[in-house]
Amino acid sequence: MSGTEKPLPPMTAETRPFWDGCRAGELRYQYCRACDRVQFYPRSICARCGRSALEWRRSNGTGTVYAFTVVYRPPSAAFAADVPYAIALVDLDEGFRMMTNVIDCDPEAVAIGDRVRVVFERRADTVLPHFTPVHPHTPKERG
Amino acid sequence: MRRVRTLSRRARITGAGDTAFGELAGSSPLSLHAEATCAALADAGIDNAKVDGIVCAYSLVEPHLMLSSVVAEYLGIRPGYSAAIQLGGATGCAMVMHAALLIESGRCRHVLVVAGDNRLSGMSRDGAVAALARVGHAQFEVPYGPTVPAYYALVASRYMHEYGVTPDHLAHVAVTMRRHAALHPGAQLRKPITVEEVQASRLIAKPLRLLDCCLVSDGAAAVVVSAPEAASGAADPRVAVIGMGQGHTHEHISQAPSLTEFGCGDAARRAFGEAGVAASDIDVAEIYDSFTITLLVELESMGFFAKGEAGPGIAAGAIGLDGRLPTNTHGGLLSFGHSGAAGGLTHVVEAVRQLRGRADARQVPDAKLAFVHGDGGVLSAHCSLVLART
Repeated sequence: MSGTEKPLPPMTAETRPFWDGCRAGELRYQYCRACDRVQFYPRSICARCGRSALEWRRSNGTGTVYAFTVVYRPPSAAFAADVPYAIALVDLDEGFRMMTNVIDCDPEAVAIGDRVRVVFERRADTVLPHFTPVHPHTPKERG
Repeated sequence: MRRVRTLSRRARITGAGDTAFGELAGSSPLSLHAEATCAALADAGIDNAKVDGIVCAYSLVEPHLMLSSVVAEYLGIRPGYSAAIQLGGATGCAMVMHAALLIESGRCRHVLVVAGDNRLSGMSRDGAVAALARVGHAQFEVPYGPTVPAYYALVASRYMHEYGVTPDHLAHVAVTMRRHAALHPGAQLRKPITVEEVQASRLIAKPLRLLDCCLVSDGAAAVVVSAPEAASGAADPRVAVIGMGQGHTHEHISQAPSLTEFGCGDAARRAFGEAGVAASDIDVAEIYDSFTITLLVELESMGFFAKGEAGPGIAAGAIGLDGRLPTNTHGGLLSFGHSGAAGGLTHVVEAVRQLRGRADARQVPDAKLAFVHGDGGVLSAHCSLVLART
């Protein structure tokens, strides 16, 4: 991470369907048929029941900011041009949580409870899910 | 009576040693291990031939596959038991727990616990920041450009939202740690700071500012954990490990089951239960303070304060030397210094000094019962210890 290239996700066989989904403009997550639970990040087994009765589902891509920060001191030179940038934990409407950047907005205006939707950003040969405010100029909903 | 009998069999911390923390010219991970070890062994009244167990951590500057073997070889120790532990900031306490379990099982008589790294001179602050950021999930966190301060800032945002913690509360944590460090000759930063200076320092990851963040240091710490029947040669063999506990809920912050309750609650509950004491019995606390928010969250999660009350309490002096819970009397990671596993181990060393009555200007009068806690990852891995002067 000391280089000037932003890190790419080192995908594995079990996460490849997720990254393929991003490339196709879909935010995918896992659902366990055995215990009726959604799961993120993707795994080879359900982290609750231990079974592998997992299927891929497509998220509608909307969620709520659960926690956030604005980074002023980047981890490496690769992110230096982006500061300040927002990082959030977003609770998707289907019931899973993911870390993301909140983009295309004033990062200092991001707040807990903001409604956000997924947007896909290309990085080298990979496509990464980011999020952007649903209503950037309207009063914030509270989650 | 039952507790007294149990106490007589508990592992003792017979030796404690550390180096100064800061930028130590010419230091290396192994030379730092050696300096802290020599101090701890001298304190325990034993030479390296008496060490029959060694527990080490890890070094970012010199990553080794088998650090405990490397350290034992360097120090001329041929132990009957050797292990290295990697639990981030929980490692210091977890190493002591591991050593105490070895003693209580009868496996060893003297276990050397030692950690050190020269992160400041050996890898630079930029290098340390970059290396530590990789604690995040390689696929689902790291691509978004987080840092360790950013992971903790996420916790801070939620905690402030739910419990009304303010930047002023956080600043008081930093100010208190610096006030304590000013009384320790080995601390990295000793010049007093004000709440205004904390709040004027530059933003690192909102809401955390530079002075909300721990230091990057060179330094090492070591303790010797001994069987009570083998402790008689020590200058002061009275400090016993009477309670130990761990708690683990996640590794990556995006997987944490809660951003307001953490495994430190489980760890502390287990340690207090084993010791037969309550948080309100503790005379002095040495608790992992990687960031100001870390200490505040842990104090509340572990029952030292009710939810939302640590901030106002700290602002009113509750964790100062004359407060109701003197905490991090050496200045903690925020001002004494932080060099990885050794940073967490300095909390143990300071607790031993307090219980022996040897903390000089920092001494908490008649401290008999100490609580020590380490947190690794992003409030992920936790280990608590209750130490008592017997």
